[in-house]
Amino acid sequence: MCWPPMSGAYQTTQPKWQPNNLEPKSDGMPRKFIPIVSSSEPVLSDTSEEGGWGDLYQAHQKIYPRSVQGIFAKWRWGFVFLTQLIFYGLPWLEWGQRQAVLFDLGARRFYIFGIVLYPQDFIYLTGLLVISAFSLFLFTAIAGRLWCGFACPQTVYSEIFLWIERKVEGDRTARMRLDSQNMSLEKLVKKWYKHVLWLVFSIWTGFTFVGYFTPIRELGMAFFLGVMSSWEVFWVLFYGFATYGNAGFMREQVCKYMCPYARFQSAMFDKDTLIVTYDAERGEPRGSRSKKADLATLHLGACVDCTLCVQVCPTGIDIRQGLQYECIGCGACADVCDTVMDKVGYARGLVKYSTQHALENKWTTSQTIRHIFRPRVLIYTGILLLVVSLLFGSLLTRKSFKVDIVRDRASLARIVSGGKIENVYRLQIMNVAEKSQHFKVTAEGMHDLKVLTDTDDLVVASTQSRWVSVRLQVPFDAAMPGSYPVKFFIETTGHDDHEHEKLEEKSVFLMPR
Amino acid sequence: MSDFTSNFWSWYVAGISLVGILACLLLLYFSGKAKAMTANDNTTGHVWDEDLREMNNPLPRWWVGLFLITIVFSLVYLALYPGLGASAGNLDWTSTSQYDAEVAKANKELEPLYAKFAAMPPEEVAKDPQAMAIGDRLFMNNCAQCHGSDARGSKGFPNLTDNDWLHGGSHEKIQESLLKGRVGQMPPLAAAVGTPEEVRQLAHYVLSLSGSPHDSLKASLGKSKFGACAACHGADGKGNQALGAPNLTDDIWLHAWGENAIVAMINNGKVNQMPAQAGKLTDAQLHVLASYVWGLSNNPAKVAAK
Repeated sequence: MCWPPMSGAYQTTQPKWQPNNLEPKSDGMPRKFIPIVSSSEPVLSDTSEEGGWGDLYQAHQKIYPRSVQGIFAKWRWGFVFLTQLIFYGLPWLEWGQRQAVLFDLGARRFYIFGIVLYPQDFIYLTGLLVISAFSLFLFTAIAGRLWCGFACPQTVYSEIFLWIERKVEGDRTARMRLDSQNMSLEKLVKKWYKHVLWLVFSIWTGFTFVGYFTPIRELGMAFFLGVMSSWEVFWVLFYGFATYGNAGFMREQVCKYMCPYARFQSAMFDKDTLIVTYDAERGEPRGSRSKKADLATLHLGACVDCTLCVQVCPTGIDIRQGLQYECIGCGACADVCDTVMDKVGYARGLVKYSTQHALENKWTTSQTIRHIFRPRVLIYTGILLLVVSLLFGSLLTRKSFKVDIVRDRASLARIVSGGKIENVYRLQIMNVAEKSQHFKVTAEGMHDLKVLTDTDDLVVASTQSRWVSVRLQVPFDAAMPGSYPVKFFIETTGHDDHEHEKLEEKSVFLMPR
Repeated sequence: MSDFTSNFWSWYVAGISLVGILACLLLLYFSGKAKAMTANDNTTGHVWDEDLREMNNPLPRWWVGLFLITIVFSLVYLALYPGLGASAGNLDWTSTSQYDAEVAKANKELEPLYAKFAAMPPEEVAKDPQAMAIGDRLFMNNCAQCHGSDARGSKGFPNLTDNDWLHGGSHEKIQESLLKGRVGQMPPLAAAVGTPEEVRQLAHYVLSLSGSPHDSLKASLGKSKFGACAACHGADGKGNQALGAPNLTDDIWLHAWGENAIVAMINNGKVNQMPAQAGKLTDAQLHVLASYVWGLSNNPAKVAAK
């Protein structure tokens, strides 16, 4: 077997890897990269010799990632199946008489399995976002852009779309050949076939997305009968179009130019963060060689310069130039390099997940792992566990109803028969349970405080909320003019004593002058 | 733009908008022509603070397309909607017309719902829980500001739940009150009654009518002065709904209770007004709302279930 010829000497001061003729040409410009380590190269005072004038805008170079097998690819496909099984499957799951997960925006009720959330429960969404943020911080501090490489929808859908593309058009070289050909019947059929598959998949994705907001079974019926509402059609098409465009065409452009997380995750790296790294000390000087040659006599490093790590890269970078902002940490290069190392009989791990410190200090794996547990990781973990337990604790101890008390907006206080002072309140009783409940309202906080309602039996239907007028009366001489805190107690009056629940809400009683 | 005497500011604003858009286009054009110096290490060759270098990572070219879309969008938007100075835009859109259109649309959507109730007599409507839920909403949006969210009113604002009506409590009368509003007028009558002491005696007589605490001697002296009141409140003080004169014999005091309050009322009179709601509610809404208010006094069992 003969490896592709060496196409450029590796210079530690001037990393410059020229693409061979299979690679897309980049206008003769050197590939850009951001050195994270401070460079020791001399400051270039005169750039006229090697520099040049470049456009302010860069033409898009299509990237043809080669298919790859290996441990990281397996993990990624595992996450693809896991996330997509949840995404496509969840709306079809039934819970009792309803869809298990449904965000009913029209009725403003959000059903998540046994939980019914009101817009007033917005704090749980905040909690969820805090958890997401700290998870991102934690995973990024430990192993870089894990989210980007394995679980981000952009990566996941690109992976699925690439798989479809590969099934129709073939792998990297076949796709590149097809794209460079003139239009032929074969090309036309393949392209159309691919786009039809992509579009069907996209529409299904959009349909599933809308299925979280409108019952998916009814939506399915409406879809087949052609009676979907115009907004449902819009969102199916919009989300479908976004999937088609982002996963089919934009791909790495989204990560490079549009995604804010991609950029700020790099700020969370430190020298103990696991990142995809190339062991330059071991690999250099790179070069092609006979498979039978003995490494010890060659004056060459372990890198056989096969460029496969570049060919599999979904963002089209060369990992051998060090950490670059485009790297999404997918590990495809590590996978493919391991297969090459196996073939030539070298040790694996020329490209691997490692830390900067580990490479510098030649740490063993266990040493590297030990350095993961540094203060920032522990603090992130601590905060994350705290927020998660707070959120779940709060969800578990949730009462089966909620109450908001609003003082009547019209009258502050009034005198009623018998010389009593009366204040009026509106109680919004929100039944969170999926059964109708009976309630009783009492109050305390002032001498001789009486509670009057228009109704003896306060019933609120399942998952409904109801406004009830409640009057509080005190004798006219019960207190000096002013504002007095009062407490309302709202309790369920079901027949089951063990389900008895009581809520306390604060308000004020105004004594007029 | 009616506040201005000339079109200057309109042209000024329109001019700045268009020049701004044109400038964006020009910037886009020149930035496409321009070249940036790039060293072979992908920096611009500029160095600050010893080792700080400026990378040259050009924008993708398709990004220019997004800029162009925003420019096209802004031009189309300015042509269709009011934005270019005093221009009303090709669509003649106004926030008022959009509001009116949405109200009309909502009314049309609710028509079948209301149609059911429009055909029902008020007594039936007041028994219908769905109609009462709608009535409750209408009341909260249109009436509760004065009459209170429990419809029990306040000082100067009548209680709607006590079956004591100033202008009549039939469904028709309630609807009339809602549509046309009401003005309750009590003229100052001190001159017709006599001296301040005689006014005070009359006040005690008025208190005696409802069995409120009073001085019976003063009340008996004041009885002869009630003639001044009888024209409206009736000889027996039971009031007159045709005139909106309150019943003085029940223990319901809209404006204030006690000797001093009644003396002040005789001396100063009172004008109290309920604003007309015509035009704010559709006929069907009016029907449901009037039935709801009627039900507050006449159907206590149903009020409980509202």
